[in-house]
Amino acid sequence: MSPSVCLQEMIRVIRGARTQGEERGVIQRECAAIRAQFRQADSGGRSHNLAKLLYVHMLGYPAHFGQMECVRLIASSKYSEKRIGYLGAMMLLDEKQDASLLITNSIKNDLSHSSQHVQSLALCTLACMGSAEMCRDLAPEIERLLKASNSYIKKKAALCAVHIVRKIPELGEMFTPSAHSLLSEKNHGVLHGAVILITELCERNPDNLKQFRKSVPELVQIMKNLVTSGYSPEHNVAGISDPFLQVRILRLLRILGRNNDAASDAMNDLLAQVATNTDSSKTAGSAVLYETVLTIMDIRSESGLRVLAVNILGRFLLNNDRNIRYISMTSLQKIVQTDHTAVQRHRGTIVDCLKDQDASVKRRALELSLALVSAANIRSMMKELLLFLSTCPPELRSHAASGIFNAAGGDVRDETVPNLIQLITAASELHCYTVHKLYRALISDIVQQSLVQVACWCIGEYGDLLLKGECEEITPMQVTEDDVLDALETVLQSHMSTPTSRGFALTAIMKLSTRITNNVDRIRSVVSIYGSCIDVELQQRAVEYNALFKKYDHMRYFTMSYCTVILEFGCRSRLSLVLGY
Amino acid sequence: MIKAILIFNNHGKPRLSKFYEHYTEDTEQQIIRETFHLVSKRDENVCNFLEGGMLIGGSDNKLIYRHYATLYFVFCVDSSESELGILDLIQVFVETLDKCFENVCELDLIFHVDKVHNILAEMVMGGMVLETNMNEIITQVDAQNKMEKSETFIFQSPRQDR
Repeated sequence: MSPSVCLQEMIRVIRGARTQGEERGVIQRECAAIRAQFRQADSGGRSHNLAKLLYVHMLGYPAHFGQMECVRLIASSKYSEKRIGYLGAMMLLDEKQDASLLITNSIKNDLSHSSQHVQSLALCTLACMGSAEMCRDLAPEIERLLKASNSYIKKKAALCAVHIVRKIPELGEMFTPSAHSLLSEKNHGVLHGAVILITELCERNPDNLKQFRKSVPELVQIMKNLVTSGYSPEHNVAGISDPFLQVRILRLLRILGRNNDAASDAMNDLLAQVATNTDSSKTAGSAVLYETVLTIMDIRSESGLRVLAVNILGRFLLNNDRNIRYISMTSLQKIVQTDHTAVQRHRGTIVDCLKDQDASVKRRALELSLALVSAANIRSMMKELLLFLSTCPPELRSHAASGIFNAAGGDVRDETVPNLIQLITAASELHCYTVHKLYRALISDIVQQSLVQVACWCIGEYGDLLLKGECEEITPMQVTEDDVLDALETVLQSHMSTPTSRGFALTAIMKLSTRITNNVDRIRSVVSIYGSCIDVELQQRAVEYNALFKKYDHMRYFTMSYCTVILEFGCRSRLSLVLGY
Repeated sequence: MIKAILIFNNHGKPRLSKFYEHYTEDTEQQIIRETFHLVSKRDENVCNFLEGGMLIGGSDNKLIYRHYATLYFVFCVDSSESELGILDLIQVFVETLDKCFENVCELDLIFHVDKVHNILAEMVMGGMVLETNMNEIITQVDAQNKMEKSETFIFQSPRQDR
């Protein structure tokens, strides 16, 4: 058995392996040695062995046999062993393993340890992987530590409390008084933790919201101090004093000011001050400015302030920095429902972003563009979106397509329908997804005629994919042949359908005769009924199709197969030629 | 909340993997592979934000990354974090590593991954940002290392049986 090699030596050996197989061999040997060492009752170098195991775990090799060793090391009296033991616990243990319960007692003891570093190890581990039972057990300890005199411990205890509240929301009551008093701390780390804790408490329980609204003046004062204070080297990031804390406070103010006039009033001046005075030439300033804008838009702010906010977003939309443009679109997305007209003013720039090289920017622009489609701008928007669909990256295509279908309302001009059909034909990998989506749209609503027409065409063309019931991109519905024919017949019979839509539906029914097996007779009867329809167009179609059934059944498959774009758009004379009359 | 912090090199070899939510070992490796795949496709002058893959869970999550020489630093976060804030946080993390290792390079991260974990533990705890002041972080890490060293000194070689 090879002697235990320290961590760096093992890493060197692993890196020396020239192939994956060699690496596996080295690691297996090492793990076998480590395993043997773990089994020995008292071996030196235990922490080194666990460190090696954790390294191997990061590379993807199994390390579960180290779980009990973590428990043992955590209980050790040596700091170095505790440290690696706790790290191992965070990486290898989780709630589902019994071993995690075994460390509860160690954590409890370490939380009252004389050394703050040991306490901090326990707090860190509890916050990372503490189960609900562990949290319930140790919550009183954490509450006690929140009142400790040591700010290092206080800030860690605050985040631990957040984790506990997430696991067991009812325990939030226990931390509410301490959270409130933490706001009077000077230490930024503690303030930061306190704000996160208050935010979590308010999001979990509306009663807490009422209580913490009383803290708005205090929060406003803290912000004012940060914004107006002179240069403070400790917390300065690119000229902004502790932007991380500013951003957290702004988010909390947003939650407190929402739907509440009094709270919104109290923060109005501060928000105006931050919005006008923050230097946004670096990322830090931009981060603060964005949070301010979002807060202004979300609370009951004065209209002048709202206008200022949207203008700031508009300015950032034109920024050269792609990060800023991305963030401004994310922010606009959040307010597009409530402040639709304001965002519409920037539609041109947003649509231009559809052509950006960056896939992330494109994605944001697509979401926003779809949200901005309205009756007034639908024609130009459709043009842009269809152009986008033909050139966009594959991962965005299905989202773009479904967005376009939804937006294709009655106001759309007739050219959109053939354009869309052409695009669908070209995107062959999307046929299955498209037909499923359109079928669903058709059975829920047949008022939008262009959508109905495209849906009927698709079902006629790709009906077999629909009936097969498999689809990668979405969970498919189980559709029977009768369901499909019912849907198409509904379109045929509905008084809401235009003659064009009826034509599409009838042709689709006919096409399905070559793609289904059980209901050909049903199709035959539908087609023959419409042979005496009042609508002349429809009648002619039905008569021709009837003829295909009766006299030219051998040609039915040929004419009804996959190249039937011709049939829709005015070249039906070709069919008459084929049939000889 | 920060869901995961990953550091890997230009070939996708993991240099640090910290997950703040529980996943099985296989899933963790899949996440690392998928993240590398997504991030390595990006050009140099595009934005630092990626809408996450399907694996790391839902449309609420984003990947925020920075590329330094041979290493990618990737933070996977949900919508409760400020994207620009996280970008600054990555910068603080790298600057802290630089201070602690004196002109940090990839080899430092490879051979001292446990130290990197200790530094990270002073910045992010339970998926939440703990401390952003570089000096404060370094002070604490130094004190902890001193404690470790003093133990080793007293107890001589760690390999000796007792």
